Amino acid sequence: MRTIDLATTPLRELNQELHRQNDGTNEPSWEVLNPRGAHAIAAGVDAPISVDVKGSVGYYCAGMNKKARVTVHGSAGPGVAENMMSGRVVIKGDASQYAGATGRGGLLLIEGNASSRCGISMKGIDIVVRGNIGHMSAFMAQSGHLVVLGDAGDALGDSIYEAKLFVRGSVKSLGADCIEKDMRPEHHKALAKLLDDAGITDVPTSAFKRYGSARKLYNFNIDNADAY
Amino acid sequence: MCGIVGLFLKNKALEPQLGAMVSTMLGTMCERGPDSAGFAIYRGGDHDASKITVQSSKPDAAFKGLADAVSKAIGGANVDIDIKSTHAVLTVPTASVDAARTAIRAHDASLRIMGVGEAIEIYKEVGYPTDVSKRFDLAHMSGTHAIGHTRMATESAVTTLGAHPFSTGPDQCLVHNGSLSNHNALRRELKRDGMTFETENDTEVAAAYLTWRMKQGLNLGEALHKSLDDLDGFFNFVVGTKTGFGVIRDPIACKPAVMAETDDYVAFGSEYRALAGLPGIDKARIWEPEPSTVYFWER
Repeated sequence: MRTIDLATTPLRELNQELHRQNDGTNEPSWEVLNPRGAHAIAAGVDAPISVDVKGSVGYYCAGMNKKARVTVHGSAGPGVAENMMSGRVVIKGDASQYAGATGRGGLLLIEGNASSRCGISMKGIDIVVRGNIGHMSAFMAQSGHLVVLGDAGDALGDSIYEAKLFVRGSVKSLGADCIEKDMRPEHHKALAKLLDDAGITDVPTSAFKRYGSARKLYNFNIDNADAY
Repeated sequence: MCGIVGLFLKNKALEPQLGAMVSTMLGTMCERGPDSAGFAIYRGGDHDASKITVQSSKPDAAFKGLADAVSKAIGGANVDIDIKSTHAVLTVPTASVDAARTAIRAHDASLRIMGVGEAIEIYKEVGYPTDVSKRFDLAHMSGTHAIGHTRMATESAVTTLGAHPFSTGPDQCLVHNGSLSNHNALRRELKRDGMTFETENDTEVAAAYLTWRMKQGLNLGEALHKSLDDLDGFFNFVVGTKTGFGVIRDPIACKPAVMAETDDYVAFGSEYRALAGLPGIDKARIWEPEPSTVYFWER
């Protein structure tokens, strides 16, 4: 286990060390102390390592993550796991706005609440939130899954494309073109796998409602194709 | 961008350390606003005496003989002056504040009144935030609550008067992170109603708007609620009153905000970094304020 204390080591050195790791690394396990809300901790990691951050982090933690397992033992600032490609990012506390934005793959698990715009423009990432999510979450979400065990705020899934949203609690309001949809067997199956991946065993898939695109907006209408 | 910090003490024993705590918080927000900085600090608060914070770009000349001139203009009452760099705090009998304001304006053309009240003092200058707080010796100030701001200018020039906080009335101040898009139209409307402006700054319009609403009989909380209807743009506002501390975010709430509360204090920061050094932060209740929601603490 490599331990890096940000009270004594500059953030840039930490990230350069993490970027040096690759598929065959002999340093699979990292611990980061005293993050104190610093920005971009463990952003851009591209190796199958685990990074445990002991405290709360600021903007863009684990952004662009590939293959790594990053665990924040605290809360995360805006843009956690932004544009994540693969791997697993776990936030033990709460996450601020646009968690998992534009993410293309991997699993982002938030054990507390997520703030506004969670999963905005998500493109394949799976996001599981134990608590609630804020307004405008899954805005223009293109693919992937957003699972929320608590409640969702205003304008959920506004202008959504093909992402699948599962919410157990209440939805304050749905955004434009987002509707509730039937939970068919394949959705129960997909949701069960997501909950299993997230280590959640105490909630049945029948407790969730599914939301997705009504496909009524301009871009879904074939008659608009000849406008270009 | 801009950075905001605020600290409202509940535990009297911490009051001697208020300035030290707020100056550390302000220092963490330099990157969010390196152009200028300012802070409002509430301390003292004698019912019969008011403090007038004045600023001058030529302090040596402007502050010379100022206390005597004001004293003379208000009928010989004792006027104290405490000079800190480009700012000075004059203490006058509360009943004579208006006469004192007139005397200050007449004394030197470079003098600007930053704020007036029984407890508030406002200091703000162009420069790197840590240099600004050193210049006014914030670290050694005691008090009950304080609000600080680091500015990255977007809507108007980098000047002392464009720095935050802005005064919204006696013992009241406002800091802002964001930008207002209807400030020019609103400024014209407020001018028609007799409000006066020193700058082209959007935040000054927000401050004047709140003052205008409160002149119509609304309290600060009601005025803040109304601002959600009438102000267009992005804003996190943190406001101070003689005994209170408030926070409001616009409905979109894209400007960052995090709050912490313990038995000893309520704190606001644009980022968690600003709160990380506070005593007992590991056990504090930490949350993100909701959009379109007025938060207010009163002692």
